Amino acid sequence: MTNISSSVDEPLDVPLSLRGPASTHAVVGFGFWLFLLSDIVIFAALFATYAVLSGATAGGPTGAELFDRHHVFAETLCLLLSSFTCGLGSIAAQRGDRQATYGWFGVTALLGLCFLYLEFAEFSTLLAQGAGPTRSAFLSAFFTLVGTHGLHVAAGLIWLVVMLAQIATLGLRPMVQNRLFCFALFWHALDIVWVGVFTIVYLGATP
Amino acid sequence: MTLSTQAQGTAPGETAVSHGSWRTYLVGLLFALILTGASFWAADTDLVYPAGVPILLGVLAIAQMGIHIVFFLHISSAPDQTNNILALAFGIFVVGLVVFGSLIIMGNLNHTDMPMHEMMQMQR
Repeated sequence: MTNISSSVDEPLDVPLSLRGPASTHAVVGFGFWLFLLSDIVIFAALFATYAVLSGATAGGPTGAELFDRHHVFAETLCLLLSSFTCGLGSIAAQRGDRQATYGWFGVTALLGLCFLYLEFAEFSTLLAQGAGPTRSAFLSAFFTLVGTHGLHVAAGLIWLVVMLAQIATLGLRPMVQNRLFCFALFWHALDIVWVGVFTIVYLGATP
Repeated sequence: MTLSTQAQGTAPGETAVSHGSWRTYLVGLLFALILTGASFWAADTDLVYPAGVPILLGVLAIAQMGIHIVFFLHISSAPDQTNNILALAFGIFVVGLVVFGSLIIMGNLNHTDMPMHEMMQMQR
């Protein structure tokens, strides 16, 4: 990363207004950070919807009857470990070590796939029990919130595959580095949202 | 890159030391694992007064989000991170407004509005 933005070597006593534009890397990162925060605001609206509707089961099954905590714990571990390997992948990419980058991001993709598989398994079990999104307001809110997170993970996986292809074809040039860096931010943010999901949706469901 | 070379702040997720920062991720992973384990333990335990469990879960979740922000996203209170931290503060403000605002308003409506079946009985 040293090659991206250390060209400006100003002493710190130069006023902020005279220091010129920020490096591309800082601007890209800040812009993506703003996008992530607005994405989290979307999730906040879905969390609020779920919290309001979580008791509206319309005589149908409640969360405590439906959710399997061991299953959710496995999902949580997949996502947490994938966040960790994503971090190690970013370090490898910064070092310019292609093999390690492929390796760590490959593991990240596999763990993300595991997470999605577990989520699909859970959803299909619920649907088989007749507890689909049309059963009650509670289940509508549940499928919207958890499904939106799952869609984000799926989009992240597609992005990751595209990034691996770009590393293969373009190499770890600064442009690709910036994109990888944004992907890592996205992936870590999804893990933060998942902390809210498993706490409020799954652990919050008390009999 | 060193912090002094940054003209207008650094991007979130950017570490001052590029080498050896896998330790940051490892520490973050350990903290996150401990807090996740504590959350799943707290949800099932009899050791905690039942009415206090949701509060404990909330505290653990906020702690884990903080761990993720500091150790994985590398947001810190360093002077060159002012932009990022201000955006984060605004994000948290909007999230709080949306979530607690919705809960308060809907709780209030549930409290003051008459349930439908009672309304039907009064019209008889």
